[in-house]
Amino acid sequence: MSSLGELRSLTVSRRRSGARSPKPRARDNITGYLFLAPWLIGLVVFTIGPMVASLVLSFTHYDLLTPPRWAGFGNIVRMAQDERLWHSFGITVLYVVVSVPLQLILALALALVLDRGMRGLSFYRSVFYLPSLMGGSVAIAILWRQVFGKDGLVNGFLAVFGIDGPGWISHPDFALWTLVLLHVWTFGSPMVIFLAGLRQIPEMYHEAAAVDGAGKVRRFFSITFPLLTPIIFFNLVLQMIFAFQSFTQAYIVSGGTGGPSDSTLFYTLYLYQNAFTAPIDMGYASTMAWFLLLVIAGFTGINFWLSRYWVFYDD
Amino acid sequence: MTALDAETPIVLAPRRRRRRGRRPIWQSILRHAALLALCVIMLYPLIWLVVSSLKPNADIFRDLSIFPSHLTLENYMKGWTAQEFPFGQFLLNSAVVAVGAIIGNLVSCSLAAYAFARLRFRGRSLFFAIMLGTIMLPFQVVLVPQFVIFKDLGWLNTFLPLIVPKFLATDAFFVFLMVQFIRALPDEIFEAARIDGAGHLRIYAGITLPLMTPALATTAIFTFIWTWADFFGPLIYLRSPNEFTASIALKGFVDAQSSSDYGSMFAMSVVSLVPLFIAFLIGQRYLVRGIATTGIK
Repeated sequence: MSSLGELRSLTVSRRRSGARSPKPRARDNITGYLFLAPWLIGLVVFTIGPMVASLVLSFTHYDLLTPPRWAGFGNIVRMAQDERLWHSFGITVLYVVVSVPLQLILALALALVLDRGMRGLSFYRSVFYLPSLMGGSVAIAILWRQVFGKDGLVNGFLAVFGIDGPGWISHPDFALWTLVLLHVWTFGSPMVIFLAGLRQIPEMYHEAAAVDGAGKVRRFFSITFPLLTPIIFFNLVLQMIFAFQSFTQAYIVSGGTGGPSDSTLFYTLYLYQNAFTAPIDMGYASTMAWFLLLVIAGFTGINFWLSRYWVFYDD
Repeated sequence: MTALDAETPIVLAPRRRRRRGRRPIWQSILRHAALLALCVIMLYPLIWLVVSSLKPNADIFRDLSIFPSHLTLENYMKGWTAQEFPFGQFLLNSAVVAVGAIIGNLVSCSLAAYAFARLRFRGRSLFFAIMLGTIMLPFQVVLVPQFVIFKDLGWLNTFLPLIVPKFLATDAFFVFLMVQFIRALPDEIFEAARIDGAGHLRIYAGITLPLMTPALATTAIFTFIWTWADFFGPLIYLRSPNEFTASIALKGFVDAQSSSDYGSMFAMSVVSLVPLFIAFLIGQRYLVRGIATTGIK
């Protein structure tokens, strides 16, 4: 079961089984906490502590050299008026809502094609999966820069048809879309997840439906797709959460600037610039980080709300 | 091989062979042709990268074909020494960070996973839910205070900020992966050990760890790949060139691109991808199984 499914079942089972299991003995508690100690320390020192600290810092100005100065709602007001921030927020949302569904649709389509017990499955799976292992690396971002450059591979291909392509990376209208393509290029890992999910669907459902005279299309929409929706949903939620945090590719492709004309200035890149390049304001960066958390939570919430209309749980 | 089997149902269930043999042959030829075409499109940029790295620098953008007229290793020799330190130093740094992270993840995540999967203690399900929640937490929210902590500890310009958190199981994804695996192990093994009087430490170290080697292998390989390709961490914590990881060193080629030495840049990109490729070849089945069981890339 996926981690999201796990979270869901935790809440569901809590609701269903009112009776609590008997209390663990003191010795069990000690053993449990001892095994859990590294994780617990990590949770407090590197997650909960810093979360609280960054919430506090988000109400300050902090340049690392002098102690934080209280800013009240100054950072929030500044955010509201920061045009670059809203621009970067806009392109990030655009990137997320376009690239994630595109990637998942391609992943699902190929998983369906490959799931026919066809020869060479493992070969195709490997080839399609390889890019998603490398896609996050600097080397691939560098490659992308050249593939979509003015004299790059894409324009070389277009030239065969007599088309004189622009420098995709250096053109404000196209740069973001090269990053979308890069994301779609890494469809292999969701594809593997979908393949595993398809294997879970009992063959007898298909057989029974076939006996009843259901055709291929009908079987897909009445059996395969509904039974796969929890996995699709899970991927959608997680990929969106991760896509909001994309950083490396935009950084490398734009040389750290988010250019041309801020067209690849992902939210996280702008946040990085505020936190680590002069003039440093870690307070403002913290405000931005918390806003990002709220946005991601909001999108996840919307996903969950929408899931009632299309996700089918077999329990 | 019970340990292997415990996780297998999801991935290795018998392959379906629906309507075997009844599909017309031209249809399956067409299907393979389309898939192979897609393979070529997917891999073409990578092939072009490798081939270009072997071309003389002047030819790279003049002749875009992947069948070059002459090959040379010149780019590799130039790129290796193009920066303040030889590229081998950066590869070594990446390797040190990766090995540290792997050890940390293996130890800390397996301890936590054992607790979640096999032990009963107060607050377990709450902690478990929190652990799952942290997988989804955007790291930017903890970024600034973590940076300040490491700065105050005097750990900037060291590998410690990249390694120490791994010893505290901050990669919750792997805890979850291992919990899934331990849960699928048969209860009888643990009961038998209890009856024989084994304590939890012995059951963890002597029984659980050996049985969960596939999960440990998956963790090691994923950790290697993610750490090797990591850019953000090294970018903010490593400032002096002798500590640069390969990712950061590659960025140097982008920064200095006025020199337009694309050959060196391509060559070192290839060098930095080779370990990822090897990890992929060795660990493919663990990787595939890992993402299939947890559903996370």
